[in-house]
Amino acid sequence: MQERLKELQAEAIQKIEQSSSLKELNDIRVAYLGKKGPITEVLRGMGKLSAEERPIMGALANEVREAIASRLETKQAELEAAAVQAKLASETIDVTLPGRPVKAGNHHPLTRIIEEIEDLFIGMGYEIAEGPEVEQDYYNFEALNLPKGHPARDMQDSFYITEEILLRTHTSPVQARTMEKHQGKGPIKIICPGKVYRRDNDDATHSHQFMQIEGLVVGENIRMSDLKGTLEIFAKKMFGEDREIRLRPSFFPFTEPSVEMDISCKICGGHGCSVCKQTGWIEILGAGMVHPNVLEMAGYDSKKYTGFAFGMGPERIAMLKYGIDDIRHFYTDDIRFLMQFAKHE
Amino acid sequence: MFVSYKWLQEYVDLTGVTADELAEKITKSGIEVEGVEILNKGIKGVVVGHVLEREQHPNADKLSKCLVDLGEGEPVQIICGAPNVAKGQKVAVAKVGAVLPGNFKIKKAKLRGEESNGMICSLQELGIEGKIVPKEYSEGIFVFPQEAEVGADAIALLGRDDQVLELSLTPNRADCLSMLGVAYEVAAILGRDVLLPESNLEPTAEKAADYVKVTVEAHEDNPLYAAKIIKNVKIGPSPLWLQARLMNAGIRPHNNVVDITNYILLEYGQPLHAFDYDRLGSKEILVRRAHDGEKLVTLDDMERTLTSDHLVITNGTEPVALAGVMGGANSEVTSDTTTVLLEAAYFNGQTVRKASKDHGLRSEASARFEKGVDPNRVQLAGERAAYLMAKFAGGEVLEGTVMVNTLKVEPAVVSITLEKINRVLGTGLEMSQVKDIFDRLQFEAAIEGDTITVTAPTRRGDIKIEEDLIEEVARLYGYDNIPKTLPVGTASGKLSAYQKKRRDVRNFLEGAGLYQTFTYSLTSEEKAAQFALETREAIRLAMPMSEDRSVLRLSIIPQLLEVVKYNSARQNDSLAVYETGNVFLSNGKEVLPDEEEHVAAAITGLWHNHSWQGEKKPVDFFVLKGILEGMFEKLGLNDRIEFVQAQVEGMHPGRTAEIRLNGTKIGFAGQVHPNVQKDLDIKDTYVFELSLKALLAENAEPLFYEPIPRFPSITRDIALVVNKETVSGTLKEIIVTEGAPFLKEAHVFDLYEGDKMEEGKKSIAFSLKYVDTERTLTDEEVTKVHEKVLAALEEKAGAVLRG
Repeated sequence: MQERLKELQAEAIQKIEQSSSLKELNDIRVAYLGKKGPITEVLRGMGKLSAEERPIMGALANEVREAIASRLETKQAELEAAAVQAKLASETIDVTLPGRPVKAGNHHPLTRIIEEIEDLFIGMGYEIAEGPEVEQDYYNFEALNLPKGHPARDMQDSFYITEEILLRTHTSPVQARTMEKHQGKGPIKIICPGKVYRRDNDDATHSHQFMQIEGLVVGENIRMSDLKGTLEIFAKKMFGEDREIRLRPSFFPFTEPSVEMDISCKICGGHGCSVCKQTGWIEILGAGMVHPNVLEMAGYDSKKYTGFAFGMGPERIAMLKYGIDDIRHFYTDDIRFLMQFAKHE
Repeated sequence: MFVSYKWLQEYVDLTGVTADELAEKITKSGIEVEGVEILNKGIKGVVVGHVLEREQHPNADKLSKCLVDLGEGEPVQIICGAPNVAKGQKVAVAKVGAVLPGNFKIKKAKLRGEESNGMICSLQELGIEGKIVPKEYSEGIFVFPQEAEVGADAIALLGRDDQVLELSLTPNRADCLSMLGVAYEVAAILGRDVLLPESNLEPTAEKAADYVKVTVEAHEDNPLYAAKIIKNVKIGPSPLWLQARLMNAGIRPHNNVVDITNYILLEYGQPLHAFDYDRLGSKEILVRRAHDGEKLVTLDDMERTLTSDHLVITNGTEPVALAGVMGGANSEVTSDTTTVLLEAAYFNGQTVRKASKDHGLRSEASARFEKGVDPNRVQLAGERAAYLMAKFAGGEVLEGTVMVNTLKVEPAVVSITLEKINRVLGTGLEMSQVKDIFDRLQFEAAIEGDTITVTAPTRRGDIKIEEDLIEEVARLYGYDNIPKTLPVGTASGKLSAYQKKRRDVRNFLEGAGLYQTFTYSLTSEEKAAQFALETREAIRLAMPMSEDRSVLRLSIIPQLLEVVKYNSARQNDSLAVYETGNVFLSNGKEVLPDEEEHVAAAITGLWHNHSWQGEKKPVDFFVLKGILEGMFEKLGLNDRIEFVQAQVEGMHPGRTAEIRLNGTKIGFAGQVHPNVQKDLDIKDTYVFELSLKALLAENAEPLFYEPIPRFPSITRDIALVVNKETVSGTLKEIIVTEGAPFLKEAHVFDLYEGDKMEEGKKSIAFSLKYVDTERTLTDEEVTKVHEKVLAALEEKAGAVLRG
């Protein structure tokens, strides 16, 4: 009897090992451990055994049952795991296929430049002032120390609508309007971005419509050195900490003294190249101390108040920064151009 | 202004300062030097040769065979193609081994079987622009004066061994439109002296006053007119060095008399004019305003019709010159001229500017008068020109100057305190430093206490007020030396609410997949009015450059459709773009228009394209509407917006909605009319345009937290059968009104218009969600409200539940 039990155990275990499906395994369970199975049958013959042998044989029979059951369990887990694995394997996808596109447009490069400049100056305490694009001759020229017949009016041939109304040729009239609104009191700290218009034939470097950003600070004791310090912060934040700036005297009717600011050329590191026309410097903006006539016309006492102003062209900055070679790209809006300005630098 | 480095050395000692160094210093102290041009563009081996023999080339009609003495060794044979080569000429010869501009090397050659040992050069071949080469040599080789030494360096004789600084002058520095002006500037920068040119006139027996009488009628236009008479001049070429200087400055040489006036224009910045005295036809000069309709043929052989705005020089009756702009052909100096009347005058800048503009004539002379010449230099310039005419044209300068002079010359006297200079610049300068700067500029300066009083010379007409002095100090002290500080104060900056919301709108639209564009405000008359939200008369430029850019836009959509057209013509036919910008609404011709900021978008082609999974969705009205709804939601205005079926010109009659904010129209959205699409050759395109100004002026409700419902909601779905014309918006409005207060949400989840419906009917299915924030709603409570909703739908919209 003992041998028979051992035999059954070995036989069952071999079958378990050979089984390859959960169904087969269940059949084995029923066959060996079921009420009609061989072990039960063997135990039925226990009555013939002596009282001493009976508990020993009972224990053995239990042992065999447990061994088979435990093996069954292990095998079942193995088969289940294999089944899951097979299912997952059949679900494999090609992860290199393209994803479902998520739409995203982006800022026009000019907005990108303008917002960067706006944010930079907002951080320095400036507010953003805007003004009309169709302007009175008075604000566009006269209030800026450019009386009728002034030779400097030639510098910016204009689109007039009537004799007194024109498309503004610069954003400076916003300065004049803002000062007038402040009624002779300081301080003012503004930057003014906007569209401006000049009578130029559109070509690679000229556009009859373009953007400008002006800055104006008016207060008591505003100094040229303040202008220099402000412009240096702007240049370094905008173009890189390693850039040098230089101020060159220049002329604008609405500032005195007037300067132009150059930054050292990034491409050649200041040694001279075609971008900087061999000078090592690139002109970025015009600036100066607000002309006393401009202050007085806007109702400020020029003995008490001083101010500085600066103006720059976002197109030029974008062209330098991104290496764009033709100003017309900004207004043609070729999608292959626009799409290039989405990512971070 | 082109400044010859060598010529400048006549007035300022430039020892130890190269042309490049000088350019850098001039730039840093105020006048931008745009470039330093090396005139000798790599030329080597060009000498003066003497043409000993010239004969026809045996095998070529247009070539000459020349025997040329080069001053060393045997004369050589050179084949020359110039029509003007002749025996006895002194010419520029590029020897064998010479290099011409563009690294062009001269080699021994055979031309049509004849040996050629070098090349006889035209000035163009030596790198001089054709338009400044003297006319008689412009079609052939240049002929040197006989005294030119054979074998001498031709490049040096032509003054091409020089460098030219190109000054980019701002309008205030007209003083540097002259070599002397530049000399003063350079002297101040280098701290050196200025050497003035000489004029040494011999006295004569005859008097100029016996030859001419000068009358000026228009004193304001012409406060100073000085005439000198030079007799017995011999017209001919001017000395080579003088011609060279003119050419280096970009001026074409003509003859000695004209060249001298141009030379003085460059040297003193004072335009002069030489008349042929004998051709004037009178012994009189009368300066007056022209009569309307009066005619004058100018030196360029153009007949000019004059008006009373123009100042003319006349012989008492007829005009002989347009003052300060150009002389008349009738009194031009020619090769036959023997007596010259030399005009040195001060003309009012604005008068000259007007004439120059009216006749489209800008000359070296008019440019200088417009910007203002030095009143103290007018007569000096005349004297010096007369002196040079005596010297180089063999003339005899008659005693005296015939002159009308009402010019008041008052140098500007300006005082400033040291404290102000330092306060404006942020510097800590000493008075001695300031004084030194004015000394270097040769400005008289007197110090009294803290105040310095400066008398600016008349050549510097730009110095008028304190700030002008501050600028002089700043630029000569050096901007590099000014400290860097920041304005004192604690102002805080931020975007205005409008600016902030505008950025949100842009960011939202970009996040939704639209690219921002910038297009032109100026457009054609035809386009300006299309798609306009509000039609007002278009604003037209007085003098447009082209019809396409003549009128200010009333709508952005036409420009966006151009962008769509441009891109689809380049195989980019799926496109989504938007723009924010002003449109211009006229308030009548004499006042400023209303500028209203709009936002507009155009979407065409596939909106969604995920082709390998079979997903391709062209744009439709609801794509556009979804974007707009998202944007209104972002602005917190969704509840106040309505889309109403509408007819808009240029738009699809059945697929266009007017957009209303609080019941007022602020824009529209829909498909572009198929006819318009066809005209533009674009595919189905959906557009919207809204008044951003109106939209952003509206404020959202304050943001306030609403508790998250703790109790379950109950959803009831209903399918309603309605007439085809009934719009879902009407049904929703009824549901929302009647479902209060428990109805939280109602949305369309199905629309059926298929053939299973009765004729003229459709089915719209809504999902209604009821919830109470205080407790769990019972089924009975919901049913009660829901029944009320259904009853109202039936009563007000004829909607019945679909069986």
